[in-house]
Amino acid sequence: MQVQLKVNGKAASLDVPPNTLLVTAIREHLRLTGTHVGCDTAQCGACTVLINGKAVKSCNTLALQHPGAEITTIEGIAAADGTMHPMQAAFKDCHGLQCGYCTPGMVMSAIDLCTRHPGASETEIREQLEGNMCRCTGYQNIVKAVQQGGAAMASSQGQASTATASA
Amino acid sequence: MGASDLSRLPHIGESLRRKEDYRFLTGSGQYTDDIQLANMRYAVFVRSPHAHAAIRSVDVSRAEGMPGVVKVFTGKDVEGKMGGLPCGWLITSTDGTPMKEPPHPILAQGKVRYVGDHVAMVVADTVQNAKDAAEAVEVDYDVLPAVVDVREAQKGPGLHEAAPDNHCYKWAIGDKAQVDAAFARAAHVTTLDLTNNRLVPNAIEPRAAIGSFDRSKDEYTLYVANQNPHVERLLMTAFVLGLPEHKVRVIAPDVGGGFGSKIYLYAEDVALTWAAKQLNCAIKWTCERSEAFLCDAHGRDHVSHAEMALDKDGKFLALRVHTDANLGAYLSTFSTAVPTILYATLLAGQYTTPLIHVEVDAWFTNTAPVDAYRGAGRPEATYLLERLVTRCAWELGIPQDEIRKRNFITQFPYQTPVALQYDTGDYHACMDKAKSLAEVGGFEARKKASEAKGLKRGIGYSSYIEACGIAPSNIAGALGARAGLFECGEIRVHPTGSVTVFTGSHSHGQGHETTFAQVVAGRLGIPVENVDVVHGDTGRVPFGMGTYGSRSISVGGAAIMKALDKIEAKAKKIAAHLMEASDADIEFEGGEFKVKGTDKKIPFGQVALTAYVPHNYPLDKLEPGLNETAFYDPTNFTFPAGTYIAEVEVDPATGTVRLDRFTAVDDFGTIINPMIVEGQVHGGLAQGIGQALMENCVYDRESGQLLTGSFMDYAMPRCDDLPSFRIGNHVTPCTHNPLGTKGCGEAGAIGSPPAVINAVLDALKDLGVKDLDMPASAPRVWQAIQQAAH
Repeated sequence: MQVQLKVNGKAASLDVPPNTLLVTAIREHLRLTGTHVGCDTAQCGACTVLINGKAVKSCNTLALQHPGAEITTIEGIAAADGTMHPMQAAFKDCHGLQCGYCTPGMVMSAIDLCTRHPGASETEIREQLEGNMCRCTGYQNIVKAVQQGGAAMASSQGQASTATASA
Repeated sequence: MGASDLSRLPHIGESLRRKEDYRFLTGSGQYTDDIQLANMRYAVFVRSPHAHAAIRSVDVSRAEGMPGVVKVFTGKDVEGKMGGLPCGWLITSTDGTPMKEPPHPILAQGKVRYVGDHVAMVVADTVQNAKDAAEAVEVDYDVLPAVVDVREAQKGPGLHEAAPDNHCYKWAIGDKAQVDAAFARAAHVTTLDLTNNRLVPNAIEPRAAIGSFDRSKDEYTLYVANQNPHVERLLMTAFVLGLPEHKVRVIAPDVGGGFGSKIYLYAEDVALTWAAKQLNCAIKWTCERSEAFLCDAHGRDHVSHAEMALDKDGKFLALRVHTDANLGAYLSTFSTAVPTILYATLLAGQYTTPLIHVEVDAWFTNTAPVDAYRGAGRPEATYLLERLVTRCAWELGIPQDEIRKRNFITQFPYQTPVALQYDTGDYHACMDKAKSLAEVGGFEARKKASEAKGLKRGIGYSSYIEACGIAPSNIAGALGARAGLFECGEIRVHPTGSVTVFTGSHSHGQGHETTFAQVVAGRLGIPVENVDVVHGDTGRVPFGMGTYGSRSISVGGAAIMKALDKIEAKAKKIAAHLMEASDADIEFEGGEFKVKGTDKKIPFGQVALTAYVPHNYPLDKLEPGLNETAFYDPTNFTFPAGTYIAEVEVDPATGTVRLDRFTAVDDFGTIINPMIVEGQVHGGLAQGIGQALMENCVYDRESGQLLTGSFMDYAMPRCDDLPSFRIGNHVTPCTHNPLGTKGCGEAGAIGSPPAVINAVLDALKDLGVKDLDMPASAPRVWQAIQQAAH
């Protein structure tokens, strides 16, 4: 069956069997392999992407359920010149990743978290990130990264709105 | 160059941000399942739904007729065409007989022995078609009684003809007669029965593999999520398929965590490689999580009885231990080494206990094979000893920290009564630093504050030691290893002075691309950006034994240092020629070759260019090029050690345990990149605390079904379950490797479980709770409180 999506800003027309999970569409049909599969029970969050700006576990929803949706994957958040998104940069700076497998899902969740709750406390971040498992880091540096990345997002948005205002 | 010179080099001790992170953070990493090959098919394994059954028949006719199905392989297809999976470590029983080593077939031969055992492999054009066809494979089973508990294993039923009593080996170390005599004259004896619960490693990347075959060259390639590709190739070619190694290339690309579970040669890897030639195509298999719970090697699963003999002052006189180890249904690659060489030899811990006797019985059960999981044997030893030591303290009325200090080893080198010789350490310094970071002085006040809220607060200590950097090959060989345990490093200096390092170590999250580059850049005086590290490919790396047992920097890094020594020696000769000086007068410092006592100097890059553009070059004495390979076989293990302190709050009304603070002070020897080392400690702690508080792998005792078969049933530590850790270190460099490093990857998982359980028991002391097995989950703690009250 045909489904039209907008993935990382580009229109994508997919012909997929009706039972195709969104993560399968992203990985197998669009060959965007940054989104990972870590479990089969929607517990680990490695497959998290943004659907219309909200973090969703893409292993737990069908591609056909999202006609016309704007999907953002880990491949779609860096600038065109390769400069990392502030949250990506914060994960690197805070050593918020080790093997890197859970990382794309973690970063996408973190971006959504910081968009919804700018300035979230450590306790709030720990609660909100419960849907994403990391087996390597012990989470401490992930929490730091989310705090730092969230602050950078807020500040770059502030700069953007200032720039818009002055323009 | 020795360890003492190393700390002066640029980049050593700097928390450089990781070179590998850009690709992981932008989704451009390449894990095995990300790889798509031309002409690729997909495999799904038909697995046994029974823990123990005879296979009467396997009918694949309906499955083979289904859409997209290429072929269904069964045990009959592979019988006689390949060997079974080999065990890498031969243990000799106390009576001199070799361990029982029953066949471990790639696809089941006549019998299945655990839920998840491989019965058939379906190959189809899509995963979905392969799954559908797997459902249509008709297997007629004659179900047999099963045994999953190591204590029940000896009563049968027997799993293997080669081991009808399920007994694999009885092994012992130490002088039993002297230990018994010491117990007879002891002022006090403390005893403890405890279980080290079975765990599932659960790297977030499930295992995956692609077998492929190139008929034009008669060459196989296996892409696989694996921690040691050369070992995988060696075992697969020499022991199972009988192929020449040069015709098989094993590539372990980015690997999403391993923790031991990706060390081993698994049946799936062999079946895919072999079938790729049969079908002349590439075949991918990606394990699903629920499947991984069934078929990845599990960890731990020891049941032990331990006794400590003490004098009246709390000095340890002798330790006596008996352990029953569950090996699962078959012998996995390192399984037999875990409860013996990697466990019993660590039971001296940090203490001067002069006499130790340990006896281990290893058993087969109808469960997934058990093998090394983060720490491998060392966590089991530390848990037993540190629980026992704390119990000794309580029985004698000595504080937990004080009894440890009274018994700490202070003179090095120290020969333990269980084979190992510790080269260096400072256990008092780690303890003191841990107490300070943990603010133990304020514990009583915090305990009162908890009591005011109706909560019980407890503090727990654990002073661990581990043997890392395995191993000296000759010692490993004497202890039963069927392989050497050295490492290989190659330094390839390019004409313009940039460098590619080829290492036999393998990174699956440890950040080797940064740490190893720091070492090389520091030594050569060049920017870290000019050094790239290649690992995980038998087609590019000369040889390697891989990453496990915290051996990468201490053994792999040491091999790189040896190769750098050779590079430096040759480069000095080239520099001497260029500056018309004697070789002996050349010094190399800060990336420049200098003639002693003069201002003559030339940079490393010029020497590199000269080696490849040898217009002015001592061609009569030296070959062109600047490329050196070294193998390093260590002379001893390394001995990281430390003291961990846990503080918990327990709600007696619900049994809920909250880890309030956790302090870890380690001695890892030289630290190359503190940020990466600290990250390794965090991860280890999360796994150790996970074992102590929530993780548990449970089989049904009657049916042998795995009850914790997914993340829905097996509690993994999540962000909200852990506090921020208090981390410190105290450095005593390792005395016998050129970097002075000891290894840091497993410490957290080794030291933390006893600290947490000791803290929980400390909290529950007043309620009369004396014992508790892991995990200290709320129902289990609540039950212990109720039982103590009645």
